[in-house]
Amino acid sequence: MRWCSFRRSPAVDNARLGKPLSVFRFTRTSIEPQALRAQLADPACGGYAAFEGWVRDSHEGLRVRHLEYEAFEALAVREGERILAEAIARFGVAHAACLHRVGDLAIGELAVWVGVSAPHRHEAFLACRYIIDEVKQRVPIWKKEHYVSGDSGWVNCERCAAPSAHAHGAHRHD
Amino acid sequence: MDPLVSGRFAPPPLYGLVLAGGRSTRMRRDKAALAYQGRTQLERAMALLTPHVARAFVSVRADQGSDAVRARFAQITDAHENIGPLAGLLAAQAQHPEAAWLVLACDLPFLDEATLAHLLRARAPARTATAYCSSHDGLPEPLCAIYEPRSREPLAAYAAAGKQCPRKFLLGADTLLLDQPNPRALDNVNTPEEYGSAMTTLTAQSSATTRHITVQYYALLREQAGRREEALLTAARTPRELYAELSSRYPFSLAPEVLRVAINAEFGEWSAPLADGDAVVFIPPVAGG
Repeated sequence: MRWCSFRRSPAVDNARLGKPLSVFRFTRTSIEPQALRAQLADPACGGYAAFEGWVRDSHEGLRVRHLEYEAFEALAVREGERILAEAIARFGVAHAACLHRVGDLAIGELAVWVGVSAPHRHEAFLACRYIIDEVKQRVPIWKKEHYVSGDSGWVNCERCAAPSAHAHGAHRHD
Repeated sequence: MDPLVSGRFAPPPLYGLVLAGGRSTRMRRDKAALAYQGRTQLERAMALLTPHVARAFVSVRADQGSDAVRARFAQITDAHENIGPLAGLLAAQAQHPEAAWLVLACDLPFLDEATLAHLLRARAPARTATAYCSSHDGLPEPLCAIYEPRSREPLAAYAAAGKQCPRKFLLGADTLLLDQPNPRALDNVNTPEEYGSAMTTLTAQSSATTRHITVQYYALLREQAGRREEALLTAARTPRELYAELSSRYPFSLAPEVLRVAINAEFGEWSAPLADGDAVVFIPPVAGG
C-alpha cells in the first residue's frame, strides 16, 4: 500500500493546519483502511464515513477468478482530486480521500477505499456516495475480469456497440 | 452493358503516361531520379497517377529502358528522336490508339492530388484534350493534361509537319482549358537552383502539415495495438483524424463515440487542433471502483 504517498503529501500537512485533506492516489499493494482512516481524524469532525469496494467472485452470471486494474494515472489523479474537491465544496465536509488499487487482485481484496470526515454524519455519507459514484464514471481506470471459464474481458468495453455503456458502471459494489 | 452506352457515350479508357525521356540538359542530372523527401520524382509522379488510370506507363528513350529508376515500371519507348515531349505521347498513342492519355511531366514536384482530381472531374471526352491554363502566362499546360483518342491523328500530322510544341498544338485544337486549383502545382524544376528552392519549399510545407505525436494506449486499446506507447509523425490535424489513422493500422473494436480523448494528460476535444509534441490518449469506457 502506498500509504507513504499520503503521509508525504503537502495536503496532509495542510490538514494538520486545519485545511481540507483532498488526496487521490493509486497503490500497487494492499489497502489498509485502518491506517488511512487515521489521516482523516480532526477535532472538528464528529463523523467519518468510508466506502470499501471489494473484488466479487461473479459478474453478470460469470464466475470471476481474479481482476486486473489499470489506470492512466496522470489524468486519473487530476480527475480524482477534482471529484474530491467537488465533494468538499458541495457537501461541506472537512476531508476526503480516495485510494485505488492497480494490478492483479484476488477475490475479496480491497479495490478502492473512499474516506470522508465531517462535522456531522449526514454530509459525510452524502459526500462518500458522491465520490465513489463519480470515480466510477469519470476517472480513467479500467478493469479486466478473468473468469473461471478461462475467458477474460474489459468491463464496459466488450459490448461497446451500445454507445452509452460506459456512462454506467456495470460492476457495482454497493 | 448496353452497347449504346458503352459504344457511344462511355468515355474511352484512361491510361497514364509519365514523361521521363527528357535529356535534363539544364539540370545536368537525370530529372526523373531527383529525390524529394525520400522518393524520386518518377516514383512520386507514378504514385500520383496510378490510382486514377487503368494502366500506367513511363515514357523512355530507347537507351533508358534498363536504368534503375525506370526499369521497375511498365514502359513505352519513344519512336522519334529529338522532337521533345511529343515523342512520348506519339509512341503511347501508336501503341494504344483506343485509350485516352493522362500525361504528366516528371519534373513537377508540387503536383498535388487536388490538381489531378480536378482535371479528371472536369475531363471532356468529347473534346480533343483537357488541360490547365498556366497560372504564369495563361497558355495551355501540355504536360499535366488528358489527350483523347481523337487527338491521335492530328498530333501525328502535326509532328509529321515538323512541329514539336505541344502548347501550340493544344492552342490550335479543341481543348477544354481549366484554371488551376493550386496555382503553384505545375511549377516545374529545370535547373539545380530551382531544385534547391523546391526542396526548401516542400520541406517547409511538410513540417507545417505533419507533427510528432506520442500516443499511449491503455486497457483494450493497448491490447489491440499491441503496445503501450508509440511516437508518430502524422498528418492528422485532430484526435479524430488520428484515431481514424490508427484504426486503419490496428484492429480497434471501439468506435470513437464510446471513447474520450486526452491531450497532454487532460481531457480534450475530438476536434481540437493537434500541435507538434502533443501526447494523446484515447480513453476506453472506464470501470474503476
